[in-house]
Amino acid sequence: MPQAIGGVARPSPAAETWQRFRRHKLAVASTAVLALMLVAVAFGPLLWRLPINDIDFGAHLEGPSWSHPFGTDDLGQDLLARMLYGGRISLAVGLAAMLMAIVVGTTIGAIAGMSHGSVDAALMWLTDLFLSLPPLPLLLLIIYLFRESLKGLVGAELGTFILIVAVIGGFRWMQVARLVRAQFLSLREKEFVEAARALGMSSLRLVTRHILPNSLGPIIVAGTIDVAAAIIAESTLSFLGLGFPPDIPTWGRILFDAKDHLDIAPHWALFAGGAIFLAVLSINFIGDGLRDALDPRTSS
Amino acid sequence: MGRYLLRRSLIALPSLLGISIVLFAVLALAPGDPFGELASNPNVPPEVAAALRTKFGLDDPIMLRYLRWLSAMLHGDWGFSFVSRMDVDTLILQRLPATLLVIGSSQVLALLIALPVGVYSAVRPYSIFDQLANLLAFIGFSLPTFFTGLLFILLFSIYLDWLPFVYRTDLGVTGWHWYWEQFKQAVMPVAVLGLLQAASWTRYVRSAVLEVIRLDYVTTARAKGLPERMVVIKHVLRNALIPVVTLVALQMPALFGGAIVTEQIFRIPGIGSLLISSILANDTPVIMAVTFVFACLVILFNLTADILYGWLDPRIAYR
Amino acid sequence: MNEQGLRDLIVGVKAGQVSRRAFVQKIVGLGLTAPLATQLLAHAGLAQTSPSTDYKPTKAGGGGTLKTLFWQGATLLNPHFAVGAKDQEGARIFYEPLAAWDPDGNMVPVLAAEIPDIENGGVGADGMSVTWKLKKGVEWHDGRPFTADDVVFNWEYASDPATAATTIGDYQDAKVEKVDPLTVRVRFEKPTPFWTRMFLGSFGMIVPKHLFENYKGAGSRDAPGNLKPVGTGPYRFVEFKPGDIVRGERNPAYHVPNRPYFDAIEMKGGGDAVSAARAVIQTGEYDFAWNMQVEDEILIRLEKAGNAKGRAEIVQSRAIEHIQLNNADPWTEVDGERSSPKTTHPLLGDPAVRQALSLLVDRASVQAHIYGRTAITTENFLNNPERFVSKNTAWEFNVDRANQLLEEAGWKRGPDGVRGKEGKKLKLVYQTSINAPRQKTQAVVKQACQKAGIDVELKSVTASVYFSSDVANPDTARKFYADIQMFTTGTPSVPDPERFMKQFVSWEIASKDNKWQGTNATRWRNEEYDKAFLAAQSELDPVKRAALFIKMNDMVVNDVAVIPVVNRRWVATMSNKLKATLSGWDNDFWNLKDWYRET
Repeated sequence: MPQAIGGVARPSPAAETWQRFRRHKLAVASTAVLALMLVAVAFGPLLWRLPINDIDFGAHLEGPSWSHPFGTDDLGQDLLARMLYGGRISLAVGLAAMLMAIVVGTTIGAIAGMSHGSVDAALMWLTDLFLSLPPLPLLLLIIYLFRESLKGLVGAELGTFILIVAVIGGFRWMQVARLVRAQFLSLREKEFVEAARALGMSSLRLVTRHILPNSLGPIIVAGTIDVAAAIIAESTLSFLGLGFPPDIPTWGRILFDAKDHLDIAPHWALFAGGAIFLAVLSINFIGDGLRDALDPRTSS
Repeated sequence: MGRYLLRRSLIALPSLLGISIVLFAVLALAPGDPFGELASNPNVPPEVAAALRTKFGLDDPIMLRYLRWLSAMLHGDWGFSFVSRMDVDTLILQRLPATLLVIGSSQVLALLIALPVGVYSAVRPYSIFDQLANLLAFIGFSLPTFFTGLLFILLFSIYLDWLPFVYRTDLGVTGWHWYWEQFKQAVMPVAVLGLLQAASWTRYVRSAVLEVIRLDYVTTARAKGLPERMVVIKHVLRNALIPVVTLVALQMPALFGGAIVTEQIFRIPGIGSLLISSILANDTPVIMAVTFVFACLVILFNLTADILYGWLDPRIAYR
Repeated sequence: MNEQGLRDLIVGVKAGQVSRRAFVQKIVGLGLTAPLATQLLAHAGLAQTSPSTDYKPTKAGGGGTLKTLFWQGATLLNPHFAVGAKDQEGARIFYEPLAAWDPDGNMVPVLAAEIPDIENGGVGADGMSVTWKLKKGVEWHDGRPFTADDVVFNWEYASDPATAATTIGDYQDAKVEKVDPLTVRVRFEKPTPFWTRMFLGSFGMIVPKHLFENYKGAGSRDAPGNLKPVGTGPYRFVEFKPGDIVRGERNPAYHVPNRPYFDAIEMKGGGDAVSAARAVIQTGEYDFAWNMQVEDEILIRLEKAGNAKGRAEIVQSRAIEHIQLNNADPWTEVDGERSSPKTTHPLLGDPAVRQALSLLVDRASVQAHIYGRTAITTENFLNNPERFVSKNTAWEFNVDRANQLLEEAGWKRGPDGVRGKEGKKLKLVYQTSINAPRQKTQAVVKQACQKAGIDVELKSVTASVYFSSDVANPDTARKFYADIQMFTTGTPSVPDPERFMKQFVSWEIASKDNKWQGTNATRWRNEEYDKAFLAAQSELDPVKRAALFIKMNDMVVNDVAVIPVVNRRWVATMSNKLKATLSGWDNDFWNLKDWYRET
């Protein structure tokens, strides 16, 4: 249908994107699932009022029942309550760390990919440095250096949260930076970029309107993988005692506690593992949908 | 390109130097102490621990210790482990075979799975194959290795009794029997690691191929009547591989100290478990040597990746 | 139980009214050790019984490979540099001491021809000397003969501070001289009741002079013998990869006939304790696994399964899991030092709070549900198997009484349920190392405290940091920058209480001055205790000495300097066919030569 000049307005790019996203059924379903999880962990503890640390040796390692829908662990603590409480932390850590990694990585990768010679080399040296740093000693050092001061500033739980997000995100931005740089290196030589440059577009607009949207693919995939990695990294940190205190039931921690009882109390590990899996799954499908939606070449 | 290589190599040297300084500083500042266990032992008077610290120069200023380490390194002396009282290079060489065998195979396995599966999924997006592959990939990387490793052990070693789960470097048998035994003890850790890696790499390959496959020149190639296989291999892959190359290059150095959890679970005496035990025992010379090799590998593989970009996409100019 | 009571008991044993075994149990029940009990009897002239062995094989060799799993692998093989039990076990495959400690606390001669005591003149009545007669015909693995020169050398080597041996503590304040090729005499500088600290057990292994004499002092780390041990033990060295594997082959010239049964031994390291238990009990891949710090529930489950190929073996030891209370204030800095001995703890300085805390530790649940068979509840800092003691006022778990105590002492509940007094709130930071049973114990204690109005914040620290002596690190147990902390002391087992009780004397208080190297982390001080300790150090009459230790133990417990939780026992898993005896007073391999497999 021919467009009338100054006539019918085309839907904005944002609305178009949303339309394309909506067609991706799994992505929409996943958004619903993720939203449900977020609501559950945010408001669940207000509705389900069993305490998370009520030790009851008489009820230990029980399977799911009416009084304990997710069963109990080996100290008799209710798993549903623990999952809801810990879910807040796990999801928040996952999302925050991922955001940090993406933002830092994209910025550095974009700058490196767009610049020449020394800036690129310097940034790549920085990336290599971070890549070669051994995570464990660095973790120990950072946490020991900053824990007390952060605790004084913002309180124990928030302080630990900030530290963990910084540390996990801080070790994952390099991959994103390298990916973005690679995409930029390749894209900036492409014809449409040359054309836009010939038209006098400034570098900044070039990046934000043309190159960046086309590099989103790998970035989104990296982001979705990062969320899972962050949640799992947090459980490894708990294992080393660098994370949240041992009685805070993050999903990774629950999984770690449950692993030795897999053969007789599978429910314990399955609920925690299942929750992580579901969160990762939905985020990934959303990522898929987003990538398809943002790509103008998706056939309408 | 020769000049580019030369320039990059020259930059690599100060790069390494700078990295080694930062590494050394981090290790020196990190808390912990190689003689820690002595502290909780009522039999050992504290003077002994203090004497040991002085003997190994642990109480000297950092710069001095760094220079000492650097000059030793340049002479080929990789240091002396506080904990094991033996040369670090001997330690590393002891661990190398198991690492290369198990971790190396897992990376190869991952690549062998990720490439075909990723490409096929992208070529037939949203088909049953694609959905299934995606699902398995998600399961693969949403579970930590300590968990999947344990599941494998429970299933294959304990329940089915098919495979041993403690890795032994001294198999004591020869010939074909050795290969069979080696396979049996390596297959689980290789699978755990390889599948985890394959999961994330499949996603990347799929995503990268999907990007490329919608481009006009691919449609042109198809329109030209080229068979699908040719289209994929000659046109799609080369361009899709750029992000994949990045990833593989980034992952290779992980051979040297990455698979810590898997090595723990299966008791594989690899470099990863050497690294973690040295870290927990604060055996600084070993940590320094391993992380330094790691840093060299990172730089080497990044350089390789950059060169490969140029080969894959001729439009990337070397500046 | 006082000195007279002890003497009466000993008389009873001599008269045959009390069995030796019952005596030992009673002594252990009072908080002392089995080896001390045997010393008491030996001093009274009751020679120890030689333990019966039921070693069945009639010839050496033919048993195949003994596969052992140590989830902490040995990292070096020189017993004088051993950091922890794992290294001692690795060395014990190849080296031997003059005598070892059996599970009943008796001394068993290994390289000695007989155990010295007062009767045979081996132990000087003035406590200033001990004479050891060595076994004839013992050879090192390279064929050279074992003589008194080797024993004297070990003393020189270990006592030289430049060698920086970890066994130095046992070889100081004495001179060892050769009397003849098969006799050595140890001369002490002061009367030393604790003469058994030299050449016995895990710290007493002997290394060959001819391989180490050029490597004394500063050159000690260069000795090739450090990595290729040549000893007198039942197995000869084959291979060593630190942290991974130690391999040995049968020693055909071993000095005890018909031993060892196995042709080779393998000590594999790495991994975790639970999977090690599985490897022995479920899959049978290994014959023996060391130090099973595994929840008993898991062990029981594995053992009960139909096709279980192994079992758990549990022996008494002196390891005490206890909670330390900080006497100094960790939250105030004095001269740049926290937990300074110049301060007193604002909350724990109140005896009512301490008493309340000791009532809030649910030892029964901790023992029953977390440690199971692997620990026994205890009230004493020195062992106390509760069931053997007739009427010990023991421990109590009583939340109501705790509440009452606190209420009466003026700690009233605030609106948030936490008690406070004069503006101070009862908030405590409770730290320990990373370890599943410990975290669980923390959770149990926290819950009880909450019910009594005490708010507890849990903290867990990586073991290598927690137990380190790093001056810069705020999280070490010695720095004790927390209100209460919990860990185990007493492993590897120390046969005599003296060194163990040293951690409560005032001159051992850890502080900035001694770079927190002092062993007294609680900063507790008590003049009576100091006096009693000094007296015990030089008291030759073992009965008086034992009575002093009991007195010291009571002081520590009654003042709630520490809250003992459980007496942890030593657990290993072994194949059902393996016949081996474990001793809680020595390494697991103390009797390696007598291990065999039933066919």
